[in-house]
Amino acid sequence: MLQYAALIPFFPLAGFIILGLLNKRLPKNLAAVIACGMLLISFGLALGMFMNISGQSQEVQLAPWINVGSFSASFTFLLDPLSSIFLMIITGVGFLIHVYSIGYMHDDEKHNIFFAYLNLFVFFMLVLVMASSYLLMFVGWEGVGLCSYLLIGFWFKNKAYNDAAKKAFIMNRIGDLGFLLGIILLFITFGSSDYHTIFTKANGFMSGDAMITTITLLLFVGAMGKSAQIPLYTWLPDAMAGPTPVSALIHAATMVTAGIYMVARSGILYALSPISMYVVALVGVVTAVFAATIALTQNDIKKVLAYSTVSQLGYMFLGLGVGAFSASVFHVMTHAFFKALLFLCAGSVIHGLAGEQDIRHMGGLRKKLPITFITFLIGTLAIAGIPPFAGFFSKDEILIHAYSSNKLFWALGMLGSMMTAFYMFRLLFLTFSGTYRGDSHKVHPHESPKVMTVPLIILAILSTIGGFVGVPESLGGTSQISKFLDPVFKPAQAKMMMVEGSGGVSEMMLMGITITVVLISIFAAWYMYVSRKSVPVSEGTKLPFFTKLSYHKFYVDEIYSALITKPLDKISELLKNIIENKVIDGVVNASGKVTEWVSGLMRFVQTGNVDFYLLAMVVGIALIIFLKLM
Amino acid sequence: MPIIALLIFTFATALIGLFIPIRYGNRFAFISSLIVFIYSLYLFCTFPITADFQYVVDYSWIQSLGIHFKVGMDGISVLLVMLTTFLTPLIIFSVRKSEPRPRAFYSLLLFMEMALIGVFVSMDGFLFYIFWEIALIPIYFICLLWGGKDRVRITLKFFIYTLTGSLFMLVGLIYLYLHTPGEHSFDIQALYTAGKSLSAHAQCILFWFFFLAFGIKMPIFPLHTWQPDTYSDAPTQGTMMLSGIMLKMGIYGLIRWMIPMLPVGLSQNAQYVMWLSIAGVLYAGIIAFTRKDMKRLLAYSSISHVGLIAAGIFAFNGQGLQGGIIQMLSHGINVVGLFFVVDIIQSRTGTRDIASLGGIRLKAPYLATVFAIIMLGAVALPLTDGFPGEFLLISGVFKFENIMGAVVGLTIIIGAVYMFRMYQRTILGETSLATENFTDLTAGEKAVLIPIVIMVILIGVCPNLFLKVSEPAILKLLGGI
Repeated sequence: MLQYAALIPFFPLAGFIILGLLNKRLPKNLAAVIACGMLLISFGLALGMFMNISGQSQEVQLAPWINVGSFSASFTFLLDPLSSIFLMIITGVGFLIHVYSIGYMHDDEKHNIFFAYLNLFVFFMLVLVMASSYLLMFVGWEGVGLCSYLLIGFWFKNKAYNDAAKKAFIMNRIGDLGFLLGIILLFITFGSSDYHTIFTKANGFMSGDAMITTITLLLFVGAMGKSAQIPLYTWLPDAMAGPTPVSALIHAATMVTAGIYMVARSGILYALSPISMYVVALVGVVTAVFAATIALTQNDIKKVLAYSTVSQLGYMFLGLGVGAFSASVFHVMTHAFFKALLFLCAGSVIHGLAGEQDIRHMGGLRKKLPITFITFLIGTLAIAGIPPFAGFFSKDEILIHAYSSNKLFWALGMLGSMMTAFYMFRLLFLTFSGTYRGDSHKVHPHESPKVMTVPLIILAILSTIGGFVGVPESLGGTSQISKFLDPVFKPAQAKMMMVEGSGGVSEMMLMGITITVVLISIFAAWYMYVSRKSVPVSEGTKLPFFTKLSYHKFYVDEIYSALITKPLDKISELLKNIIENKVIDGVVNASGKVTEWVSGLMRFVQTGNVDFYLLAMVVGIALIIFLKLM
Repeated sequence: MPIIALLIFTFATALIGLFIPIRYGNRFAFISSLIVFIYSLYLFCTFPITADFQYVVDYSWIQSLGIHFKVGMDGISVLLVMLTTFLTPLIIFSVRKSEPRPRAFYSLLLFMEMALIGVFVSMDGFLFYIFWEIALIPIYFICLLWGGKDRVRITLKFFIYTLTGSLFMLVGLIYLYLHTPGEHSFDIQALYTAGKSLSAHAQCILFWFFFLAFGIKMPIFPLHTWQPDTYSDAPTQGTMMLSGIMLKMGIYGLIRWMIPMLPVGLSQNAQYVMWLSIAGVLYAGIIAFTRKDMKRLLAYSSISHVGLIAAGIFAFNGQGLQGGIIQMLSHGINVVGLFFVVDIIQSRTGTRDIASLGGIRLKAPYLATVFAIIMLGAVALPLTDGFPGEFLLISGVFKFENIMGAVVGLTIIIGAVYMFRMYQRTILGETSLATENFTDLTAGEKAVLIPIVIMVILIGVCPNLFLKVSEPAILKLLGGI
């Protein structure tokens, strides 16, 4: 039965091929039905697999791929609890977003190609999580990067969008180089890139082995690129140039969590390297706080959500770094629900306001877009971590583990939570409460059609109850998700000798602190934006120092441009104009000149005068005899 | 016998083509090159997977000097012959009807195909040298007679450059010939034995002689300055021939002749030549960042790609060599596709200047898609043809020395930068004055580009089809030293 699950990726692939080849020849409705239908079939299979997996792990070989001597890689899929959870998220949330796109992209002339790209994306994402080797994971890894590029620059007439797409691809490639070198080192160390071989052999390594540390750090570079962590995060906010369903699917719910998946999958390798674990946690927590400080002052509804995604991904890495693998995967899941929800709500708002994205021109939309408002509220409560919404359980579990591993990480995580609650409620209040600040003559805010609101409602339900699969034992739950994932993470956890929990009482206390802090933040946001009705100042107004820094994203883009992009172009010109033209070609041309000059000299010898030739001959013979006698 | 048939048939068609009525010239040349392709496809499909040379023919040619007309194919040769015979019909088909003196043009292309096949099947050093030089003649005339504005100066430079390299090779070959045991002979095995018997010192000197010859042809940094000018000034079909097939002569020379003859020379100099190749990868890639002419950008990208192939081959391990072989095929396919795309754009707009293009996707979605797929092959996206080669090459170099592998790996970033930049500025965005009336691909253009796109994906998904053919020969090569 289980092996049928290996077919899951091929339905979206078929969808891509059909839509890609027929393109405009298909009527829009039919194209949408094909695209969504393919995903629904995949979801059905994923569900079947989820029901039947119960801790097993099975490999399905499809075909060989690259064989060079002992070096080999094949198209083989791995079906296990970890991949099963990701399959559920990708096909399930993916399907809802596909349906939503029917409404959102209805009037776009490239409607069909949009669905083709979405299907292709899902295919590669499924390959990524189903691969049974790092090299095949890399196929999915780069494939989703390509789709991300295609979809960010979907409206390709706009230069800024194209720039954003290119930036995403190239920044991801920087990470990919790390990943690729990591894979090569895995091949050299373990003779294979198959998980099974590597993880089995890894058991023989000592904790702290230098080779394992190098490998895990290189792999993590890849994760930093794909999952937008410092310093490779600046592409993700720009990626919001793509259509909003793309932001929801690729740049929030699925692709950006690939880095978390990869580190979780490599759990046993990371467990062997305390240094790498520390680096992962540190990068994660710093990114979580840093991105949150930027989100505090952004005025574009999608940009706020983008920075919040970067920040939430940071939490997931924090979780991985402190050894809470299943908590991180749990957070991937709840985050997929509420972040997809928030983005789709944002899309609904943008749709209802004819393209407006600036929250300074919104306000009072609660009445006009009631369903969007309620679902957005649920998403906000979930991300802020209010019980019993989904985000509470997953984030809390990460923070509790962080506390037992490193108090500073916990404190920073807490600070991040505080800011998260603030900027999310700031966004909610500025968008939906108060009075409408846009031009009500030109724009008539309206609720979106059913095809868009139904996915919102489903995601809102998931964001409400999704957390119950991971209710910790201290709250009387059974933590089903960590039990489900146990077979995958057990070997890694065994290597780490975890300090398990910090006692029930203290766990309750930590939860109490979290909730209090979050409630204070929400109150602060309410006080500022509802009670005092303040609105962010318009462009060009002088800002206080820290606000300005945050508003301009700490000028990181400008710094990168000045330190890397521009100098490289300068070097390029320099190499061409000086080294290439003057030095290398100079030498080449000079050797030509020297030849001409020497032959010019030789010409003088050839005078045509026989007497001179005779003389030269005699002198020559004399010299030879002389030299011989010597 | 099959090899002789291939050589004679191409040579005969090149001659006959000169006398065919002009209006049939194109069809004649295309069909005859297609026949050659189909025949070599048959040879490829029935090729036994062994390390031995197949279809060997050995005639005594100049008896007193021990020179033989000896040809044969092993797994490496057959792949390169396939590459030649696959690309030549496409190149011939891509010739525009407006080309002046078409019959001579077609004949030169066919003649060149013959010489290239000859290079890849020669088993006698002297014969190899003859084919090597013969291949230069048609391309010289193609560049000189059909080239751009500055063709006389540029072609002269190209000619002198590669001829200089060849002369070093000739001296090297003669030196080795004089050291063959017993009756002197140019036979490949005799030359191997002669080379291996030399002192380390002599091998090192000869190594550089051959390096000059092959390094100029490929070209390897810093022997490359003839290449950007020649590529951008030659007619498109000339550029395709040069970059798609002819530069593989140099790489093939390394694998077939230089490395087996001079193993000690290689092991003592590997460090230097690898750093040179790697320097070229970065150097040419970075120069490509700011090129304004599409053809010139592709010329530098070609130097960069070839540098990676050279580095992998000098690393001399299974991954590096096999990566080099498969990358020769995919580079040939990609670069021919890309130069043809540029030709299409130039024929429509009259310019190759990146800044004055843009918005082509609005007018020609088909072209935009095909260009994108070939470009993805060139930037080595997995499941396209560039990936198996680039991955194996980087692994091979990495295995030789970690630092080198890490540095040469930068190519996957650099390549993406210049390719995506060019694509964005020419294809995406709003239309410009030049591209306002751009029309999409014609049926003829599709007929050239679709086979290329199919190969891009086929090699990416099933690289084993090709890897397994060259594997025994590579293993023998590795074992022989």
